[in-house]
Amino acid sequence: MLRYTLRRLLLMIPVLIGVTFLIFLLQSFTPGDPASLVLGNDAEEEEKYEWREKYDLNDPLIVQYVKYMSRVVRGDFGVSYRTNKNVTLTILERWPTTFLVAVLSVSISVFLGMMLGIIAALNRNNWVDSFARFLGMLGVSMPNFWFALLLIMTFALKLKILPVSGFYGPEYWILPTASLGILGAAGLLRITRSSVLDCINADYVRTARSKGQKEGKIVMHHILRNALIPIVTSIGGYIAAALGGTIIMEQIFAISGLGKLMITAINTRDYPLLRGSVLLIATTTSVINLIVDLIYAQIDPRVKAAFKNSIKVRRLSEKAASASES
Amino acid sequence: MNNVDQKEVKINRREIRKRSMMQESLERLVRNKTAMAGFAVIVTVAILSALAGVICPEGYDAQDVTKAFIRPGKEYILGTDNLGRSMLARVLYGGRISLTIGIISTSISAALGIILGSLAGYYGNKVDNIIMRTLDVFHAIPNTLLAIAISSAMGGGIVNAMIAVGISGVPNFAKVVRAPILAVKESEFVEAARSIDATNARIIFRHILPNVLSPIIITITGQLAGSILAASSLSFLGLGVQPPMPEWGSLIANARQYIRDYSYLVSIPGLAIAAVVLSMNLFGDGLRDALDPKLKN
Repeated sequence: MLRYTLRRLLLMIPVLIGVTFLIFLLQSFTPGDPASLVLGNDAEEEEKYEWREKYDLNDPLIVQYVKYMSRVVRGDFGVSYRTNKNVTLTILERWPTTFLVAVLSVSISVFLGMMLGIIAALNRNNWVDSFARFLGMLGVSMPNFWFALLLIMTFALKLKILPVSGFYGPEYWILPTASLGILGAAGLLRITRSSVLDCINADYVRTARSKGQKEGKIVMHHILRNALIPIVTSIGGYIAAALGGTIIMEQIFAISGLGKLMITAINTRDYPLLRGSVLLIATTTSVINLIVDLIYAQIDPRVKAAFKNSIKVRRLSEKAASASES
Repeated sequence: MNNVDQKEVKINRREIRKRSMMQESLERLVRNKTAMAGFAVIVTVAILSALAGVICPEGYDAQDVTKAFIRPGKEYILGTDNLGRSMLARVLYGGRISLTIGIISTSISAALGIILGSLAGYYGNKVDNIIMRTLDVFHAIPNTLLAIAISSAMGGGIVNAMIAVGISGVPNFAKVVRAPILAVKESEFVEAARSIDATNARIIFRHILPNVLSPIIITITGQLAGSILAASSLSFLGLGVQPPMPEWGSLIANARQYIRDYSYLVSIPGLAIAAVVLSMNLFGDGLRDALDPKLKN
């Protein structure tokens, strides 16, 4: 297990190097000169040149990249063009907010999605199931920013029971996390329902029933335990999606988190800030995927056994993921 | 008597022979009412948007400030916005843009994804490793963020939004294509093709791809719905389609400041997105059941 974890952590390094390179590549296409944005359009050409020199922007892209990476390896992510503040500090200041929103929304999705999915599957083909399926379908079809605005209209403007925007306490958390969480639940409902249905007719369920096992135990022990496998694999993807969705929620609810920081960084061509933020999000996504794979091994004894020849695990989890998606 | 029976058997046989797998799937699809309802909505929206110029000859940007903020009613079916522009016109013309973005960006994802996925799956080993590890890089960045990053690098505008949304869908497509190819490439008919010296390109396009068509078609419908949502998010953030072009997401972004008093400006374009995406998802689900009855539950 430890060897596998270490191996996966090492495999993360090339991916993250790739991510930084991708950001550099995109940056080279980006129109607009950061120097004129920071110093103003009417700044002297010489002044701009000196400013660019200070941040290595006059070097060829590949030289810039190597210089940046050599500093990143030493833990130095540079300073923001605009505020001259340390990028690491700026990002870490905003990160808890974004992470909180993402984690809360995914918790809502998992709780709501799994519960409704199981209820739908156990009531297969009657009105409860049809209603749950309809809700699931509707949820995956709504744009999250629109759903958030609908919630604002209902709960903040009409009923006036929740604040419209800001992020100052638990009552401010409800609308943004509910917007992302409820829509995410729709997707998980669909996955849970189909994976529970896959297990419901399995031989081991019939065996359990024939030996007189209690129905509740059959559901919890035999069906859920097995149905959980594709669900857990898909949760990693939901966390990544929630991190992306948080960017939009932060814009709507005026939450000063990492997403808002990134949009500002994009608009002001504040590359060091943008690179650091994307790198942090990519690292988080990769770590979460690793954790999901480890949990996956814990709940599936078959995979646990396969850990002894650790490379197989990832393929197994990929297979389960593609099976649950289709 | 016997004669008649034989005749019937003959007819049946001919019928059985005539029906290919695709025809059978198509029949199953047509029998699926929800899928057909979804299809009907998509076709209706497509026709209405195509006829936008006939239904609303004044165009999407005809302003009349004296007629601002008229609520949906007799004069204007869907009301008017802050500049007195007819919302019906803006939603219909917006449909053109949203549907076009959906179709073209899905084509981009599909074309690149199918090529990369089949190369990775067919050649395996090094090629597979290089392609899949490169896609891992894209996979590490959440789709929304990737689309934001690409479209901000290339600037606003419809074409760039299509490219941004299209590229961010490539990894998913490549994965979907690669998995079944790994299984199909081991089959006898591929070996047979190889033994008669068919070129690799011929084997991929003539023998392998037609056999993995079902997951590709299913992913295409899913991606269509997804890319309309993604494109509307981009223009909601002000990165995709630029005003005065009436993309659905940008209509909502534009109406946000009037949400307190004129909420219909927010609800209507949102309903349009939700209706189209919902119909595409319903159709896609029906398509999946029709193409792969084993999966149905």
